[in-house]
Amino acid sequence: MCAGKSINLMRPIIPIVIQTLLTILMQLFLPWWSIAVVAFAFCFGRPEGSIRSFVYSFTGVAAAWFGYILLQHIQTGGVLTSRISEVLKLPANPVFMLIITPLVGGLVAGFAGIAGYFVRQALMPTVTVKS
Amino acid sequence: MRILKALLSTVVALALVYALNRSWGVVPALGPFISPFTGFWQNAEKPNQLQEQSLLIGGTKEPVEVLFDSLHIPHVFAQNDHDVYFVQGYLTARDRLWQMEFQTHAAAGRVAEIVGDRATELDRYNRRLGMGFAAEQSVKYMMDDSLTRESLEAYSAGVNAYINGLTPGQYPLEYKLLGYAPEPWTPLKCAYFLKYMSGVLALGADDVAMTNILAKYGPEVTNDLFPNYPKHEDPIIPPGTKWDFLPVYYLKSPTNPHPGKDGFALNWPRHDPSIGSNNWAIAAQKSATGYPILANDPHLNLSLPSIWYLIQLHTPTLNVMGASMPGSPGVIGGFNQHIAWGETNVGSDVLDFYKIKFKDNTRREYWHDNKWKPVTRRIEVVKIKGKPDLVDTVLYTHHGPVMYEPGQKSFAKNMPVGYAVRWVAHDPANELKCFYLLNRAKNHADYREALTYYGAPAQNFVFADVNKDIAIAPNGRFPLKKQLQGKFLLDGTNPNDDWRAYIPADQNPHVKNPPRGFVSSANQSSTDLTYPYYLNWQFAPHERGSRINQQLTAMQHATADSIGKLQFDTYNIRAAELLPKLLSHLQSGKLSTAQKQALTTLQQWKYYQTTAELAPTIFVEWEKRFMDALWGDDLPDDDSLPLRKPSADRTIRLLEETPTAHWFDDVRTPAHETVADIVTSSFQMAIDTLIKRHGPQSAGWQWATTKGTKISHLARLDAFSALNVQVGGGATVVNAITSRTGPSWRLVVELGPTPTGYAAVPGGQSGNPGSHYYLNMLETWRKGQLTRLQYLTSPKAPGSYVRWQIH
Repeated sequence: MCAGKSINLMRPIIPIVIQTLLTILMQLFLPWWSIAVVAFAFCFGRPEGSIRSFVYSFTGVAAAWFGYILLQHIQTGGVLTSRISEVLKLPANPVFMLIITPLVGGLVAGFAGIAGYFVRQALMPTVTVKS
Repeated sequence: MRILKALLSTVVALALVYALNRSWGVVPALGPFISPFTGFWQNAEKPNQLQEQSLLIGGTKEPVEVLFDSLHIPHVFAQNDHDVYFVQGYLTARDRLWQMEFQTHAAAGRVAEIVGDRATELDRYNRRLGMGFAAEQSVKYMMDDSLTRESLEAYSAGVNAYINGLTPGQYPLEYKLLGYAPEPWTPLKCAYFLKYMSGVLALGADDVAMTNILAKYGPEVTNDLFPNYPKHEDPIIPPGTKWDFLPVYYLKSPTNPHPGKDGFALNWPRHDPSIGSNNWAIAAQKSATGYPILANDPHLNLSLPSIWYLIQLHTPTLNVMGASMPGSPGVIGGFNQHIAWGETNVGSDVLDFYKIKFKDNTRREYWHDNKWKPVTRRIEVVKIKGKPDLVDTVLYTHHGPVMYEPGQKSFAKNMPVGYAVRWVAHDPANELKCFYLLNRAKNHADYREALTYYGAPAQNFVFADVNKDIAIAPNGRFPLKKQLQGKFLLDGTNPNDDWRAYIPADQNPHVKNPPRGFVSSANQSSTDLTYPYYLNWQFAPHERGSRINQQLTAMQHATADSIGKLQFDTYNIRAAELLPKLLSHLQSGKLSTAQKQALTTLQQWKYYQTTAELAPTIFVEWEKRFMDALWGDDLPDDDSLPLRKPSADRTIRLLEETPTAHWFDDVRTPAHETVADIVTSSFQMAIDTLIKRHGPQSAGWQWATTKGTKISHLARLDAFSALNVQVGGGATVVNAITSRTGPSWRLVVELGPTPTGYAAVPGGQSGNPGSHYYLNMLETWRKGQLTRLQYLTSPKAPGSYVRWQIH
């Protein structure tokens, strides 16, 4: 039991980390929507069920984006974070942009991940391994 | 089922990406905007973002060294003119690209292509005013001069070198918010910038209101209420100064103006009297340093990014430091090792309106000088974001463009019909050459020569040099006019009413080393009545000028410190003149307890408008209410019939000389009001208004709080603006900070073998709201402190500078 549980916990780590790294790499050269391409391609190539596709893609991209903006926020003394919040008619508090940014990135990747998975199932069906 | 799921999920994902990749009205495209890799996060800067570097740009002839000081003011060391202006363009773009492009887009009538239909009428206004026509004329003229051509081309190349090195992720924040991209810079854009400044400073006109008043009350009353010279005046050229020239033109006495009969209710922007400026120079005998000291603080609509960009430019033949304007090469106000100079605006009448008589409805010909003359047409294509282009045809006569044509329906409801605009900025001039020469001037003669090139907006150029000369000159192109020509609307058919020449440049008013030991200007009348030419019938009120002259007269052993204190002075002469007269008529028996409390506060006031005083809040509101109560019935100003009130100067004279005048009666009531009734009721109304607005009299009435000075971002985003800046000052005091206008920078220069400059800026060097240098200079400006400028003579200067090598 113990061993099985730990395998279950470890299982998402690798796809999430791969997505995080791919996202960062692609973003250096391609527009923001490349996060959707990465998630789509990843879940197309490594189908693991619709919910997992969403969760892994969401978490992978949200982690990449959150990590980077947190670094930027801290390094710049948060000089812009709450000002942009105000520009978007939200309260002048850095927390809003620190949450919204990874949330939006994550949702785009998540839905693209699901799409990747379902397109794969339509073209080349796989048997999803139930855990 | 699988196919359906695949389709559905793909559609959802694509729709999400699409929705986030486009803008929705004013909401920017959220995806690219919040992306950590390309969005706003990339615009946030570390406190130590600026680092030493060797930069390979290409475009300079020789290597250039730049030292940034602790305020991030660049000190540019180049080997030639080309390189110094190339690097100025590059650095200005680096700090101010969006600002400089946006301002030139505004002048060119191109805001709608960025923000959409809500700016269409603004764009049409600028285009129909002839901004494009004017900029094209000017750039041609400036490019004909090899010196200014070289600086314009080098500056533009520098701006473009910066733009070309940008990826979208590096665009200034505002481009990302508004969703567009910078375009290549050209010398024409520099010309647009100069026209933009003429638009800010030289477009005031009361001709329509004055004509309406003339039609309503006749010439006698009009002249009485709107006299052609104020009673209290302290002109810029000291009275009694002998003119050192013989006037070359003798003009016949004025003909009567010809006000149109219909449809001249033009909604022209009124001149804003709080956009003025101060400058002065004291002679060596008045200073503690043994050399002259010069001061300048130009008042403008306070805005962010900061209006001015401080810079030092050094070549083997140039070492100038001061304030530049993003969009124009060179330094506009500042000092070199020999001279210092600065500007304030001249309120001369350089804008007139001519009624055009068209032959027929095709409007191909107009009547002038007893002939039909051809109308030319200029096509203006207004691009509008999200809508098809708007093609607008503007009719041009020899006077200038006809801003509003008969039958045009799309304009404001009060359609002014068929007037051509004659504006000094339509004529080509080479203002840049003036600044090019001033930047290099060594003495008074060089300064005088430089001024001959200047066109518009006319400025009072103050001067001091290391040879201990001081001087001032209201300078620019002044149309050679008959007395009062252009006080009212003009007849466009009569060549006698045309502008036919300019006052010769060397006969513009000027004075050197006057006996009183100082020169000064604060936008008041340029001269007394002995000047042989007509400049305007009204200028800014005298109060700031009078206060400066009183203080300078008394000043001895002055230092930069005492000069800086005068720039920050808040004594209100308007209040000192008007308040005792109002109080003498006030019927205190009629006041409530709260009103009496306010009265006590006013009676104890010493006329200083400092931050924590309550009295300025009361006085300013009362003055406004009093003027409304006195003149609002006789001269109501509304959109269908613009009229205007007489000046404060004339109103004070009315109180002094004719307190029984019928003007005090409110014609809208059956009762007969006296001066005491008007004074008392306006006081009661003022106090009631203040209580309603700020609660019972308390700290909430403090002047800085009720004034609520705001330094607004150009795109009107509060998040990027400075709100409720706690400062004193006011419209008629030397430290002329109102709720929206004020000193856009302050300069003090102690001349001497090594000049020492001091400055204050309400903002910072960077135009990026994500920079720590966006607002870092505001606090010293707010407190009235001056920062000593680092005037360097070598790139090897010791000290902790961030050093750049540019190749």
